[in-house]
Amino acid sequence: MSFFERLRIGRRGTAYTAKQRLQTVLVHDRSGLSPGRLEALKVDMIDTLSRHVEIDRGSVQLSLTKERNQQRLVADIPLASRRSRRRTT
Amino acid sequence: MSAKIITITSGKGGVGKTTATANLGASLADLGYRVVCIDADIGLRNLDVVMGLENRIVYDLVDVVEGHCKLRQAMIRDKHLNDLFLIPAAQTRDKTAVSPQDMVRISDELRQECDWILIDSPAGIERGFRNALAPADVVLVITNPEVSAVRDADRIIGLIEAEEKGPGKLILNRVKPEMVRRGDMLATEDILDVLAIDLIGVIPEDETILISTNRGMAASLDSKSIAGKAYRNIARRLNGEEVPFETLQGRDGFFGRISRLVRAGGVR
Repeated sequence: MSFFERLRIGRRGTAYTAKQRLQTVLVHDRSGLSPGRLEALKVDMIDTLSRHVEIDRGSVQLSLTKERNQQRLVADIPLASRRSRRRTT
Repeated sequence: MSAKIITITSGKGGVGKTTATANLGASLADLGYRVVCIDADIGLRNLDVVMGLENRIVYDLVDVVEGHCKLRQAMIRDKHLNDLFLIPAAQTRDKTAVSPQDMVRISDELRQECDWILIDSPAGIERGFRNALAPADVVLVITNPEVSAVRDADRIIGLIEAEEKGPGKLILNRVKPEMVRRGDMLATEDILDVLAIDLIGVIPEDETILISTNRGMAASLDSKSIAGKAYRNIARRLNGEEVPFETLQGRDGFFGRISRLVRAGGVR
């Protein structure tokens, strides 16, 4: 093993990147929901929710996750705080 | 006799389906079983050249389906093993010449003739794959440690489960232990973690595969081939034997061992 290879010890190899990318792509593949369609769904959700409650549009998070064999669509929707509402109005 | 039907598939092309079929066929025949390998890749046949039987073809799978010959007439006996046979694919037709029902009918007829039927599936998820899957008792999914191959394997695993042919078993092919050790190749555990499928064997990258393919003889018949040995072990596992998974040896040094320990310790 060369000196430079020894220096690499402790850094994450490209296999780590490969695994992360695979996990993301497989979650989308399995759900049949591409990243683009997930984004479109997010916009629709925000529009619908906004008719009922004031939400912080820029901070909405919508993601696909996997727990064991169960795929989940997880939404984190922060409501607009009174303070921020006062700021924006 | 009532044969067990094993379909070897991958989704992605070029990951080793045909090589795996030839090697497992030879290994099972070498264990003393009567084995028939079927090339289901109509129009792009290759199992014949990998097995070294390309000059002996008279009839093919489509001839059997269309009734131009008897099943026995399309079975080509291997040059090295008396109880190993190939039913070649047709080269001048396409996948629509055979239906999944045809495959089930032929396989049922063949069941009485042998102990194992191995079906080499074409790449892709269309008709040819459906043909190969239809008669399967057990499906072996083969992949490489590459993101594209693993992704396609996942898709195939989903389709196998949808057809209630699952859960399949995984063959991880072309592993380079050195690269895994460096952290630059997905490790077996990473792939199992992502795919949620049981492992049946890991095949190391090995020059003897190409050399034996050049000659048209399975590497599993070469006692010096490490990939061949890995295939022989898969055959024994298929046969119900408990064979421990081999640890792949690459060059290793003090720092290699340290780095492995560090990685195993969950530094990431």
